[in-house]
Amino acid sequence: MNWGSWQNFIAMGGYGLYVWGSYVVTLVVLAAEIAALVMRRRGVIERLSTFYAARRRNHETET
Amino acid sequence: MIRAFGWVLRRDLMLAFRRRGDVVNALVFFVIVVSLFPLGVGPEASQLRNMAPGVLWVAALLACMLSLARLFAPDHQDGTLEQMLLAGEPLVVLVLGKVAAHWLVSGLPLVLMAPLLGLQFDLPGDALGVLCVSLLIGTPILSLIGAVAAALTLGVRGSGVLVSLLVLPLYVPVLVFGAGSVGATASGTGAEAHLLLLGGFLTLSLVLAPWASAAALRIAME
Amino acid sequence: MTKSERFSWFVFSSPQTFYPLAGKLQPWFAAAAALLCAVGLYISFFVAPTDAQQGESYRIIFIHVPAAWMSMFLYLVMGFWSGVGLVLNTRLSSMVATALAPTGALFTFIALWTGALWGKPTWGTWWVWDARLTSELILLFLYIGFMALQAAIDDPRRADKAGAVLALVGVVNIPIIYFSVQWWSTLHQGASVSMKSAPTMAATMLLGMLIMALGFWMYSIAAVLARVRSIILERERHTDWVAEEVGARA
Repeated sequence: MNWGSWQNFIAMGGYGLYVWGSYVVTLVVLAAEIAALVMRRRGVIERLSTFYAARRRNHETET
Repeated sequence: MIRAFGWVLRRDLMLAFRRRGDVVNALVFFVIVVSLFPLGVGPEASQLRNMAPGVLWVAALLACMLSLARLFAPDHQDGTLEQMLLAGEPLVVLVLGKVAAHWLVSGLPLVLMAPLLGLQFDLPGDALGVLCVSLLIGTPILSLIGAVAAALTLGVRGSGVLVSLLVLPLYVPVLVFGAGSVGATASGTGAEAHLLLLGGFLTLSLVLAPWASAAALRIAME
Repeated sequence: MTKSERFSWFVFSSPQTFYPLAGKLQPWFAAAAALLCAVGLYISFFVAPTDAQQGESYRIIFIHVPAAWMSMFLYLVMGFWSGVGLVLNTRLSSMVATALAPTGALFTFIALWTGALWGKPTWGTWWVWDARLTSELILLFLYIGFMALQAAIDDPRRADKAGAVLALVGVVNIPIIYFSVQWWSTLHQGASVSMKSAPTMAATMLLGMLIMALGFWMYSIAAVLARVRSIILERERHTDWVAEEVGARA
């Protein structure tokens, strides 16, 4: 499939808005999911470290 | 088993009639919603006739959905549900009894009211008849499916909206064929296929829904 | 090997053993996803020819159809693992089911969004009450209902089991819902408005769709593995191995 020029590729025969609207939104959604997964993992590890540190301090004061 | 079913049915009916507000609730909601539509879209008869099956069915659906909060929650709160789980009778039978009572109180009045409301929408006589039959077969299905959702959300905060969210996708086939049967009568194609399918859904729900509800109740009460 | 030394896959049904396995596998699936999607995108833009009737707008099909396939497939997988967790009372199966839901919901959204953007140039309206799009919309509600129910229940095991009942009820209902919506749509609109009226499948178009679908599948596995690892850490936080794991990472 030879597009001839960048302009033709972007224009998508007049349907550029629809085609790119679809592909770009899909990319954004999947990228957002990946970002959310990374942030979730970081958040979990951070919260759990605080939790374990507090638990350790509790055990130390008790013994 | 039949005695247990009868006992639960009679108890729930008795409780419902003591709080007559609940009984009337679903019916009043149904009447008000249906009566609001012509005010919203205009009094043109042909438009109302086209809309009637959908409007009446959606209103019945919403009225049934609103009344689901009464199904298990009161018994859960006063401890009766726990006793029912401990009782020797199969939970499925008890659930069936409660759903039957729920339908008699919240579903059957809608079926009886529907012809009068159908007249507001200028529905012809045969369409009114089909409407009644479709609601007669369909509202028990709504109660049965609703029972599963009510059991799943027992004691959960925000359960009112959650029940609606859970139950609406499952109501879609009933709505499609219920409203479709009246539409088919109005357009002359005949409603047998729709009503037979609704009957099939009813049989399927009678078999599966009490079982799923019982499982959900056990999960909720663990 | 003696009988007692024979390897069993069931060793991975414990969160503790599954966690590192998932961690090792995840990058491979991510890489496979990137590769397959790159190839799929290349085919969709540079190999597949222009369609005679729909022009270039049909290229949306390379995302719309694979996303729709994934949305339905992931719901079935979610129902399966939910069911396993309910029947066998295993925690990990339910955690996997919980991890599947958001990815499935996102693919459903993508299918609906791309469906709308395909419908506009093809039939002139943003939303078409086509049987398949309408069923996708209902599927989105089923996913959201599952996630909302699990979020509303505080006790994790009750949330697992309640979600499982809901997912299984949904799985039973999906064919019924699809059948009713299809009946309803053909009755009211006839066959003219249907996503099935896609261009006659040139081999390249089908290939592109299949490769994108495989790419989405690999992506889903990678995403679900990552999510379930976070869920395992959260749910098993009272164990020593998680304390060690977090200590090593923090």
